[in-house]
Amino acid sequence: MTSPRDAKPAWAAPGPALRIDALGKKCPLPIIMLAQRIGEIPIGTVVEVLADDPATKTDVPAWCGLKSHEFLGAADLATTSGWAYRVRRSY
Amino acid sequence: MAYFDAASAEPIAPAARIALLAALDDGWADPARLHREGRQARLLLDRAREQVAALLGCRADEVSFTSSGTQAAHLAVLGAVHARRSPARGQGHIVVSAVEHSSVLNAAAFAEDSGSAVTTVGVDPAGRVDVAAFADAIGRGRTVLACLQSANHEVGTIQPVPEVAAACQAAGVPLFVDAAASAGRMPPPVGWSLLAASGHKFGGPPGVGILAVRKAVRWKPPLPADNREGRRVPGFPDLPAILAAAAALDAADADRREADAVLRSLTSQIRDQLPALVPDCVIHGDPAARLPHIVTFSCLYLDGEALVIELDRAGFAVSSGSACASDTEQPSHVLAAMGALTHGNVRVSLPRNTTEQSVTEFLAVVPGIVSRLRGSVGRVEQSGIW
Repeated sequence: MTSPRDAKPAWAAPGPALRIDALGKKCPLPIIMLAQRIGEIPIGTVVEVLADDPATKTDVPAWCGLKSHEFLGAADLATTSGWAYRVRRSY
Repeated sequence: MAYFDAASAEPIAPAARIALLAALDDGWADPARLHREGRQARLLLDRAREQVAALLGCRADEVSFTSSGTQAAHLAVLGAVHARRSPARGQGHIVVSAVEHSSVLNAAAFAEDSGSAVTTVGVDPAGRVDVAAFADAIGRGRTVLACLQSANHEVGTIQPVPEVAAACQAAGVPLFVDAAASAGRMPPPVGWSLLAASGHKFGGPPGVGILAVRKAVRWKPPLPADNREGRRVPGFPDLPAILAAAAALDAADADRREADAVLRSLTSQIRDQLPALVPDCVIHGDPAARLPHIVTFSCLYLDGEALVIELDRAGFAVSSGSACASDTEQPSHVLAAMGALTHGNVRVSLPRNTTEQSVTEFLAVVPGIVSRLRGSVGRVEQSGIW
């Protein structure tokens, strides 16, 4: 059993600083939400976008390329169809 | 008003219109019959075949007419695969580029359903296949067919067909070149074993495709065959449309250099000026090795369907590869393969009669439409709908 003292401090886990739920939203809305909210997190931290529009598979990395943020990758969502994208704010 | 969707359908060329009307009078009979009317029809059909063969650089008996470019692509792929099917060794392996026209990808998927293996070769950000990767894919398994378009129909990028053809020849693999996007706009491709083109993309009427199969290439009808079109395409051919398509290809080829210079300069104006006029606008495709008449761009944060509708309202007919503008709700597989932004997408493809003034007007209206649409997106956001 893990005691609270053994638990890793929050800063050690590279979890997202912000999660954006764009499930059910069609492109370009998930990208607009990402663009509008990435400024809320500190530079160097990570935002996670949840989306199920297949166009986001291309458009999230393409947006990162155009806007020079770092695209960290995508993972299938476990509980619903869709993807979780992670982006590190670069500036 | 300006029609900028020539890559979907080029307006009927004057020569094609004349040929079509004449053929309605003396090209309606069954070319397979021995009576006078039939022999007349046969003569006209043979002449059209010779004309098209000369323009493609092949023999007349290698050319068949189909009911569409899509049918030509299906027959090319499935007939080549069918001919090399072996009871002992199976259906074999097909190599396609990721940015082929949907008709080619659909035919490959159809073959895959009946046992073929299919390898899809990716493209660079400009939409061009990598020759080494393509050659590597051909070398895997028992490859029975390679498929590479002459140029891309959505972004205009020219593919390295001569290099891929050399790799195919070295490996003894037939190469199918879908030349629908480039026919009448570029010199005919070289090194192909099978070729397809589509009449309405070069100023012919809709409902005519061209299938060419080199004599030395093994090909077997994948459908129930009859004696039409060298046993390659079943059914009574649409002779008036075929004659008109042959006249259109001839006319397009005759004026190819002049049309290329005019259209290339107009698409260059859009390529060069739009990014400065519209913030967050990306131009797709190769800036130099490209078709003369196509320019494709995406505007960040916009809905492609809304852009098409607003441009239509302003008098400009364009198409879009964005998911919302397609009937499948899937983004363009071409843009996705390129890793390009798929939303806010517009393809401008200029027909031969395009004036510089219409392009100037287009460049004048796009920035206002984009900023108005982006403004309405902002208002939706402020109202808290999402």
